[in-house]
Amino acid sequence: MSLRDNPLGELKVPLTWAGAVALVVAAVVAIAVLISDRRETFKAEAYGATRRASDTVLAPVGDVLAAPGRWTGAGIDTIRDYFFAGSENRELKAQLKEMRQWRDVAIALRDENERYRTILGLKTDPPIPMVAARIVSDSRGPFADTRLANAGTERGVKAGNPVMSENGLVGRVIGVTDGASRVLLLTDIASRTPVMIDRTNARAILTGDGGPNPRLDYLRGRDPIREGDRVLTSGDGGVLPRGLPVGTAVKGLDGRWRVVLASDRAAIDFVRILLFQDFTQVVNVKALNEMPTPPPTPGRGPAPVAVPKAPAPPASAAAKAPSPAAPPAKPEAAKATPTDGAAKPKGVALKPAVTKPPADPAETPEASAPNADRPPAVRPATTTGGTKPRPSTTKPPAAPTPAKPRPKPSAEPPHP
Amino acid sequence: MSAARPLEPWRWLGVPMLQALVATVLFGIPLRVAGLQLPEPVFPMILAFAWAVIRPSILAPFGVLTMGLFLDIFWGGPLGLWAVCLLIAYGLALSARSIMAGQGRLVLWAWYGLATASAMVAGYLFAMLDSKSTPGLIPMAWQFLATIVLYPFAQRLIDLFEDADVRFR
Repeated sequence: MSLRDNPLGELKVPLTWAGAVALVVAAVVAIAVLISDRRETFKAEAYGATRRASDTVLAPVGDVLAAPGRWTGAGIDTIRDYFFAGSENRELKAQLKEMRQWRDVAIALRDENERYRTILGLKTDPPIPMVAARIVSDSRGPFADTRLANAGTERGVKAGNPVMSENGLVGRVIGVTDGASRVLLLTDIASRTPVMIDRTNARAILTGDGGPNPRLDYLRGRDPIREGDRVLTSGDGGVLPRGLPVGTAVKGLDGRWRVVLASDRAAIDFVRILLFQDFTQVVNVKALNEMPTPPPTPGRGPAPVAVPKAPAPPASAAAKAPSPAAPPAKPEAAKATPTDGAAKPKGVALKPAVTKPPADPAETPEASAPNADRPPAVRPATTTGGTKPRPSTTKPPAAPTPAKPRPKPSAEPPHP
Repeated sequence: MSAARPLEPWRWLGVPMLQALVATVLFGIPLRVAGLQLPEPVFPMILAFAWAVIRPSILAPFGVLTMGLFLDIFWGGPLGLWAVCLLIAYGLALSARSIMAGQGRLVLWAWYGLATASAMVAGYLFAMLDSKSTPGLIPMAWQFLATIVLYPFAQRLIDLFEDADVRFR
């Protein structure tokens, strides 16, 4: 039987059609997958079991494949150190001399800052715990810029955690699994980072476009930026802590302001993942919203009257005074915050601790931690800002010490 | 008499697919030499073009789909983006197969460039819709260049397997 007589010999046309049908089916599957993808959401479950499983497999593979490159780099560094030790030593000595002067300035400024914080009752940033990780794979295309780091849930990493190299911010974690985390770089097209210009405090959104220099969108203010300005994270929105170095502003060829990333100064091999949690992430929003409004106290005056009495120190004379509560409130408040004469009742003084966090996450971790454990009775005072009578807040808190006076709105420095 | 035998799928689909995926993983190593990173070509584009030129197939589109999904997972991009882009390139090459038949190497290279460009334009549009932001044209151009210089590998695959199945001569 010749090939032409064989029924399989006539498969050419049917197979072409079958191939076309297979192409359509594959395209439908691909489009369905693309539409259902939710990579950019913050929800951990959106990352998907497939990605988690693949990251778990790819992280050790990438680690092994990257090892020769690391060893070669380390060897070259060793050789370079050997030959350039003398000149490097001279350079380091000169830097050390300069740094000593800066150290003295920094110590003086730190001391001054601490005193101001104490006086103003500012809630300062608590130290952020962090874990070190190694980058094991890298993608640099126009549609995806991510890296895989070899630290995951076993070390407390969560989606949303900021990632830094020794030079500056690299990105944030978008997916995490056991032993690996997927880091979305600042250059990724899906990356949006609230930043500020260090010199002017102007705000902008750093938007990745797949290139090495992400652009600054939504710049506000008059003449907010100049070439060479330092760009830092603003902390707005509570995703990232405030003040992390991002890079330097430059004018792009397209006339838009862009940022030369500080993390690009050197190869990103080791990173630090900041286990940062903002107030908006740790607070129990449901409980906060369901807080019942306490009934007004019969016979009591307006809101400010009741509250100043609450933190009244052992000074029993003031508490027992038969006169209306409003007049003594001012002197007491003035005592608590000696620097500010325009004191307001202390019931209002709690307000900044809560109204501030969404705008300034630097204060939030400390503010949120005690709030989460506080009895519900105290919460309304912080949420309502003292505009309603709150008899429950008359429960005296810990006696105010001179070292930590209660914050006051008037004493609060203007938010940059 | 090997040419008279039907072409085994693992020879022209399985092995090249594995090679393309391994090359992708190797180029994903975080290596930086003298401040420069490795280029990031789309290795599966070679196969998406070559498979369509070699012969129509039922398995090939699903092979392209698998490679695209792997790229999306490995590179951490939107899942399905490269799968759609590669299938567009494959579909274009498949539909122009009869036009490309008998053409010289440079013409095929131009068609390969066209298929790559169509895939990247589709990727540009999908990425723009997905992230509501425009991707940079310069990084796209770099990836396009890094991909089209790989055409000799596609040509080699075509030369190896185009006449391998007597039913498609």
